[in-house]
Amino acid sequence: MKLFLKIWRQPNAAAVGAFEDYVLDNISPDASFLEMLDQLNEQLITQGKEGVAFDHDCREGICGMCSLTINGIAHGPRRATTTCQLHMRHFRDGETVTIEPFRARPFPVLRDLVVDRSAFDKIIQSGGFISVRTGSAPEANQTLVAKPDADRAMDAAECIGCGACVAACKNASAMLFVSAKIVHLNTLPQGAPEKNRRLLNMVKTMDEAGFGNCSNYGECEAVCPKGIPLDFIGQLNREWAVAKMKDIVSGVE
Amino acid sequence: MAAPCNLSGSCIPSLFKKYLMALTGFVMVGFVLVHMMGNLQMFRGPDAINQYAHFLKTLPGALLWGMRGFLIVAIGVHVWMAILLTKENRAARPQGYLKQAVVRATWASRTMGLSGSLLLFFIVFHVLHFTTRVIFPEYQMEDYYTILEGDVVFNVYQMVVDSFSKPWVTGFYLFAMGALCLHLSHAVWSMFQTLGWTNKRTRPMLKGLARVYGWVIFIGFVVVPLGVISRILPPMMGDEEVIILSIEAEPFDSESL
Ligand code: HEM
Ligand code: FES
Repeated sequence: MKLFLKIWRQPNAAAVGAFEDYVLDNISPDASFLEMLDQLNEQLITQGKEGVAFDHDCREGICGMCSLTINGIAHGPRRATTTCQLHMRHFRDGETVTIEPFRARPFPVLRDLVVDRSAFDKIIQSGGFISVRTGSAPEANQTLVAKPDADRAMDAAECIGCGACVAACKNASAMLFVSAKIVHLNTLPQGAPEKNRRLLNMVKTMDEAGFGNCSNYGECEAVCPKGIPLDFIGQLNREWAVAKMKDIVSGVE
Repeated sequence: MAAPCNLSGSCIPSLFKKYLMALTGFVMVGFVLVHMMGNLQMFRGPDAINQYAHFLKTLPGALLWGMRGFLIVAIGVHVWMAILLTKENRAARPQGYLKQAVVRATWASRTMGLSGSLLLFFIVFHVLHFTTRVIFPEYQMEDYYTILEGDVVFNVYQMVVDSFSKPWVTGFYLFAMGALCLHLSHAVWSMFQTLGWTNKRTRPMLKGLARVYGWVIFIGFVVVPLGVISRILPPMMGDEEVIILSIEAEPFDSESL
């Protein structure tokens, strides 16, 4: 396969970036998208040029490190697929592929396609702890979790924090991410005692980081590589109102 | 950046802004349905609509102004929040994409700001047109009063028919109702989602409801101007009536109505 690539290049966070065009030939349809970029980088390095910087780690769709907006879609054209799990057979020979970093004010570009997603870490940190005894593993039946709750919490825990929801949202809102974390921990008995405080803090940190607001477009749900549903945002909205009321009436720490 | 608290509202939690948006939207969603049903009185004849309008205007002042005030506050807060949200949303992506595909978001959802701005313009025009009647000051004249069951009442029917006999007015109203239909077709399900009253099962139903609601409101409103231009709603004032009116309507003071 031969592709015409249009890639965002930016030497560092302070520099002004621009798109550059590349032609890459002999791409295997079985290569992953990141392998295609590896191949491009080999070509660039052989030519004595600077390789394209991009984020990656596990390359098996579980770590949330890979990113990229490919032809205008976060993680590319396949639904429920991370960029690292996207294969070149889903592109046409001779196609022009535009590759951009995830764009959001809280995700500044560090270099080329690499963005700083530590705003997500700050949100997680502000969520605080859960009340479990550390040390030896607890007895398995000590804390019972209803099967539907366990399933829901597991579905939410699938979120790998890649930031595609922010990248795809017209408003660069992080609501899908925050809702996944909230549903994950608030649904389980282990996370219940800190439920309200966690929720209020995470939403506050989200706001302060400069993410946009949710307009219920549904773009996030569509691009999420883990299929996190809008339901979770509904639950976040509902529980936030309850938590805020409690905070006003009796104070949530 | 710790958000300073000022009029720009950056200290208001994002979800609180959205709650205000949804609750004020809910008030207006209810209002447009009642308003639409009121308008349909046009088809029951001049007396029906004139009586309905007279009934509304002669409600106890506190009640009338209470309802008006409630609506004005709802619209004001809705617009204020729309401005704050839109500003923040834009600021959240200073650098846009070269290429941006839309996977699932509807056109209606992506143009809420545009349809909303049009609606704001329309609402102002509409109040100046039919409520304060300054756009066409002739509606303030005695010709537009009629006798209903012995009372001198404002002739809403005639005003509506005369208004929609002007093609640009009809065109503008149809266009604005299109914007309302578009706004509602996202808004009605979005407000349920914002309030957290949705789940996997009800979301598709609410999305459907929003579309249906948008169309019902659209059709319910546009049949009036369409009725006028198709003469299903004919002009009412015959020559004799004008004469009778000008004789009988002489002694009253229109200001007192
Ligand atoms: C007066 C001018 C108006 C403006 C400027 C305006 C603007 C907006 C905007 C920008 C949104 C999207 C908010 C977001 O993205 O989060 C919105 C949502 C909404 N609007 Fe309006 N709108 C107006 C009038 C109306 C009217 C007349 C109605 C009802 C008849 C209405 C009902 C709603 C509802 C129910 C929502 C959904 C709230 C939510 O997302 O939770 N709006 N409006
Ligand atoms: S590299 Fe780990 S999810 Fe893609």
